[in-house]
Amino acid sequence: MAHTSRVLKSEWTKVRSVRSTVWTLALALVVTVGLGALICLLTNNEYDDMSAHDKMTFDATFVSFAGMGLGQLAMIAFGVLVVSAEYSTGMIRNSLAAVPQRGVFLLCKVIVVGLLVLLVGMVTSFVTFFLGQSLLGDHGVSIGDHGVLRAVLGGGLYMTLIALFAVGVAFILRSPLLTFGILMPWFFLIANILGEVNATKKIAQYLPDQAGQTVMTVVQESLDRPYGPWQGLLIMVAWTVAALVAGFAVLKRRDA
Amino acid sequence: MIELRGLTKRYGEKLAVDDLTFAVRPGIITGFLGPNGAGKSTTMRMILGLDSPTSGDVHIDGKHYDQLQEPLHHIGALLEAKGVHGGRRARDHLLCLAQSNGIPPRRVGEVLEMVGLSAVAGKRPKGFSLGMGQRLGIAAALLGDPDILMFDEPVNGLDPEGIHWIRTLMQRLASEGRTVFVSSHLMSEMALTAEHLVVIGQGKLLADTSMSAFIAENSHTYVRIRTPEPERMRDVLTAQGFRLSAGEGGAIEVEGDNAERLGELAAAERLVLHELSPQRASLEEAFMQLTAQAVEYHAHAGPEGAPQPAQPPAQPAQPAWGEEWNQRRAGGQGRTSEED
Repeated sequence: MAHTSRVLKSEWTKVRSVRSTVWTLALALVVTVGLGALICLLTNNEYDDMSAHDKMTFDATFVSFAGMGLGQLAMIAFGVLVVSAEYSTGMIRNSLAAVPQRGVFLLCKVIVVGLLVLLVGMVTSFVTFFLGQSLLGDHGVSIGDHGVLRAVLGGGLYMTLIALFAVGVAFILRSPLLTFGILMPWFFLIANILGEVNATKKIAQYLPDQAGQTVMTVVQESLDRPYGPWQGLLIMVAWTVAALVAGFAVLKRRDA
Repeated sequence: MIELRGLTKRYGEKLAVDDLTFAVRPGIITGFLGPNGAGKSTTMRMILGLDSPTSGDVHIDGKHYDQLQEPLHHIGALLEAKGVHGGRRARDHLLCLAQSNGIPPRRVGEVLEMVGLSAVAGKRPKGFSLGMGQRLGIAAALLGDPDILMFDEPVNGLDPEGIHWIRTLMQRLASEGRTVFVSSHLMSEMALTAEHLVVIGQGKLLADTSMSAFIAENSHTYVRIRTPEPERMRDVLTAQGFRLSAGEGGAIEVEGDNAERLGELAAAERLVLHELSPQRASLEEAFMQLTAQAVEYHAHAGPEGAPQPAQPPAQPAQPAWGEEWNQRRAGGQGRTSEED
């Protein structure tokens, strides 16, 4: 235990001592809140022109999280950089020479990253929600309404999981260029397209981000998924755990 | 104490490290010598548990590396000047390493002072010169005040002042009773610092011996004689069974190092001597000779695994020294990151 707490301290020093931590996490917050607010403002203005069906399935909570699609990319960037910078700088050799127990090394990194993004994710989620609802005016909902608090907490968890998923993938791929090259287009475009196209929709709804975002919905019909909000989040947890386990297998087996 | 037993690393078809067995002893500087691509860095990475051996093992103070809970207290290593996040201040870089091994934060200031980087403790290493980067790496190696220090090509690319500083530091560390294991591809560098030598070529152990024994074994020692009567001198020496060759400017070169006997012989024969001097090849020459043998072998002996031509004593396995280096030059392929 003493050993683990020393390594945790060390990983915290690593995370807080590079600038990329501040700018990626700040960007995640600003983009999510800013874009969410903008879309809420526009939605409020256009609400009367919406179709009856759209009004029926209108999910004020989920609309306020509209910025998360872009904001999550900064979270992913943070997760990727924390790991792949070790490899691209060669720091990994110093790190593993200091902590040869690779399981402890990975676990401590995951805990430090996880707690930090959970904090930032929760702050982002709550700020986004309250700002968004105030801009939606009469169409907004209250935090006390049924399912709303779960959705807002879910937003923070979603951001945490997406960052940890990126950590796992970065441990598998190592190279920052490769990891960014795969994760960024994937979460920015491909997963969304697959989720929209009818032919692929059935499978795409089980992708980590597509499944995870159901936890931020309050009106079931807004996403129309065969699973509930918590189950959606659970699917995302499974993806994240799988990525981390695979990342650990690579770290354990391969030469540093 | 570092002990290697049958350490082997294979990358696909290629043996990067081939059955290395030797021990690095405390209190002296042990030089780890071999041309680029010989497997020195791979060996050092295996010592640190970074690369896993294909077979064989390494023990540090009698334990496997990953059995060490606080390895920085046992062994400190400088692997390459890089290995530092360019955006993390020097102080923080050392702090995170220190914390992971339970080393108190004040030690960070001490090692920075020792390597002369106190003034740039709060700077990001991105802007460091090669020499400063090297000093930061050495500061990290010294953090845990370890009994074993391992430096991979520490003087590469340094200016004369930096080289002098590292040499002095290594000598001081060894004189404090520590184990100092330092790699180089420069024999001249080893000649100035190392007391013991481990020489490898193509991943194979070529020599594990003291510096002076290495030179004696691998170099040509002879006695140079100048005399106004060279013909008579030659006759006398040949009659005594000495092997001679012609030196520069009419000098006679007698194989061996028995100058006393030669002097006595000359006196007995009433031969005038103008010079009687034992000559010993430097480490550099000894090293070159190994290279030359390998090149010769390579040219005449055909494919790998063919029987070896005449070898110097006590060195049963003599691989094609520098062969890989030549291939690398010609082909430009392979794992270049390995030794660079």
